[in-house]
Amino acid sequence: MAKETLLQITAIILVLPLFGFIINIFFGKKLGKISSYIATGILGIDLVLSAIVAYTKVAVYESTNIIQTKFDWLNLGNSTFNGVTHWLGIQVGIGIDNLAALMLIVVTLISFLVHLFSTEYMADDKKFSRYFAFLGLFTFSMLGIVIANNFLFMYVFWELVGISSYLLIGFWYEKKSAADAGKKAFLTNRIGDLGFFIGIMILYITYGSFMFEDIFGGIASGLLPFNSGTWLTAAGIFIFCGAIGKSAQFPLHVWLPDAMEGPTPVSALIHAATMVAAGVYLVARVFPMFSADALTFIAYIGAITAFMAATIAITQVDFKKVLAYSTVSQLGYMIMSLGACSYTTGFFHLVTHAWFKAALFLASGSVIYAMHQAAHHFNDHHTDAQDIRNMGGLRKTMPWTYFTFLFVTLAISGVPLTSGFLSKDGILAGTMAFGQLTGHWFIPIAGFASAGITAFYMFRLLINAFHGEPKTQIASHTKENKFVIVFPLVLLSVLSLWFFYSPNPIDANKGWFAKVIRMPTSAVPAAYQFDFLQKENEKINPWLLTDSKYAIKEHNIAGTTIKHESPATEEHHAEAAGAHAAVHHAEYKYEEFAHKAHVPAMILSILIAGCGILFSFLMYQFKIFNADAMEKQFKTLHTFSFRKWYFDEIYYATAVGGSILFAKILAIFDNKVIDGMVNLTAFLSRGFSYFVGHFDNIVVDGFVNLVANVTGFFGAIFRKVQTGRIQTYIIFAIIGLMVLIYMFI
Amino acid sequence: MTIGLTHYLVLSAILFSLGLFGIVTRKNAIMVLMGLELILNSANINFIAFAKFGGMNIEGHVAAIFVIILAAAEAAVALAIILNIYHNYKHINIDEIDKLKE
Repeated sequence: MAKETLLQITAIILVLPLFGFIINIFFGKKLGKISSYIATGILGIDLVLSAIVAYTKVAVYESTNIIQTKFDWLNLGNSTFNGVTHWLGIQVGIGIDNLAALMLIVVTLISFLVHLFSTEYMADDKKFSRYFAFLGLFTFSMLGIVIANNFLFMYVFWELVGISSYLLIGFWYEKKSAADAGKKAFLTNRIGDLGFFIGIMILYITYGSFMFEDIFGGIASGLLPFNSGTWLTAAGIFIFCGAIGKSAQFPLHVWLPDAMEGPTPVSALIHAATMVAAGVYLVARVFPMFSADALTFIAYIGAITAFMAATIAITQVDFKKVLAYSTVSQLGYMIMSLGACSYTTGFFHLVTHAWFKAALFLASGSVIYAMHQAAHHFNDHHTDAQDIRNMGGLRKTMPWTYFTFLFVTLAISGVPLTSGFLSKDGILAGTMAFGQLTGHWFIPIAGFASAGITAFYMFRLLINAFHGEPKTQIASHTKENKFVIVFPLVLLSVLSLWFFYSPNPIDANKGWFAKVIRMPTSAVPAAYQFDFLQKENEKINPWLLTDSKYAIKEHNIAGTTIKHESPATEEHHAEAAGAHAAVHHAEYKYEEFAHKAHVPAMILSILIAGCGILFSFLMYQFKIFNADAMEKQFKTLHTFSFRKWYFDEIYYATAVGGSILFAKILAIFDNKVIDGMVNLTAFLSRGFSYFVGHFDNIVVDGFVNLVANVTGFFGAIFRKVQTGRIQTYIIFAIIGLMVLIYMFI
Repeated sequence: MTIGLTHYLVLSAILFSLGLFGIVTRKNAIMVLMGLELILNSANINFIAFAKFGGMNIEGHVAAIFVIILAAAEAAVALAIILNIYHNYKHINIDEIDKLKE
């Protein structure tokens, strides 16, 4: 298949869900049930096409780093400034590399399964078609993020994803808590996006382009923002702010648990597998531009998030909230891994987490759906179908759900023979190597602690909900759901087995995944980057050899001058930039350390996970430790964890309260000062007009009256001349005649 | 002493003044008309005097005849007016008919 065809198919993959959105939004009401078939069908086609694209890229175009297209969106010609000619304009494009290819599969497969699941789950909802329309919009936006090869497109689709999330979380907008949750998600995201935008702008004014290639090439050629490495780090951190918002990292994690107000399939799609993974995807995409300090910052944020969310999850009682905090914690893992330079395992965890977290949420949807059906049967509208204290014994009534849930719980806890074990283990090994090389030991310690806590609370959830005896009548009357609900669960849990990714259940590095996703060379000059990331046998940074603006046109290797003509030589040179196919030797010092840390990390992680699982069984299954007694004993710690470390309260008091207070102050200012000035002006005008009126009355009218009186006075005098008697008139005539005669004769 | 032009003119002037005096002073409208006739006749004497002594020849006599005819017509009209005034005011005292004043 030609490269152009691949890109055309990619464009079709992108646009199909948008098409579904348009159909469902405008004609959905008339279509009714068919709208769900259309949407699911479109996603099915998308899935098949994504599989074709991914296979073609990974297998056929193995040696090409990225298959992409660039076109001028805005072309304003050239301009010469200080003697240098710049091209003014914006170039954009789409591209598929290995990362994007795998992400396409993740997004389309999970979206397809969620669509399938929703056909049954949302069947009773009145606004059925609107739901599927929004799902289509979301898928379109997420795919846009995946295939973008420039910051502009990424930002546009980033915002679109934010909107889709808002619409879907607040889907049941009649419920105030849902509407508020939607607003909270959007606003928190927006704060992150502000940082993202600042970062993009810093890069744009330095490198004059939005394309990743151009920026990496620019960094590699030594041009730094404002000529300072600190600004490069700052730009990296600003860009990461977008990921903090989108991927619910500390401190912007507060929206994700509230987002559970949305329908459960939405939680599975957006807040487990895809949208929140967009932040991780972004970090993976622009990894070459992060300097050492930026990476350390990222690793710390990830570690803090992982640890904090895990501690909150152990006390939550709402089924979905536990899973939400679990998601935040696992995202922290992924970010931590990328920050600790363990690139492959970070992305690997993204993929495996997508499967098992989606499975967990869909299973929770299955449970909640069954509980709701049972509640309807008893006409009970008060019992909370999501509270795990109302469940129990579901193992017997919903076996398929139970077994899939059990399996993915094993995966998330990091038990061997699952994909989760492979990815988590890899991350922990990577963080240990990072700790050894840089001395930041907090990161691996937080990682291992969170692993143990994760195992504990996941099994707590499992035991409370599925084992034991039903705690309420509703729980005992649940029954297993239909095929369209159970099938996605089974498929996703099967994908959580180890052999899909690597034949060796304990080491992921031998599998195809590690060969396909390799850490890209960092574009950052050596002065600002970790020394263990430098490749020993490379003379020229591969980001200078691509087809970008900053690529060097020719260079000397061993005495012979090699000219670069693009794009014919693109493949050959681009090979150096990314995927090394078969040769598997340590190119970086980092990899050596990671290999060496692998076995100790694995043993430690199995031990810790085992302890967590054991403790949870002892507490909840065998009731050797009494959970309630422990809760009372550690009351403050429990409350601190249950109240989510009081983040919401702090934010309300500061940011929200501050904004409201500011608004009040401005309102008072508007009322008193501005309105006061207007009133004062009116008052002055009235006073002035009062004086002018009196002046008018007295002076002007008086003058007019004076004239009239004088005229009247003289008139009265002269009137006497008119006697009315003819004889008098005759006298006057004669006198006048005589005067005339005298004068003229 | 020969009676020349001057004597006639003086006579005419005296008659004119008497007539004027009569118009201006008399209360009764008929007396005003008489005064008016005197004035007209004084003009007539003037014309005839110039016809004999001045250079007017026959024109003077013709003018005199015109004046007499006009005086007659005017007297008729004036009397008609006075009759109407009498119907309105029941008297013909000129100095009491001063509505024009308003």
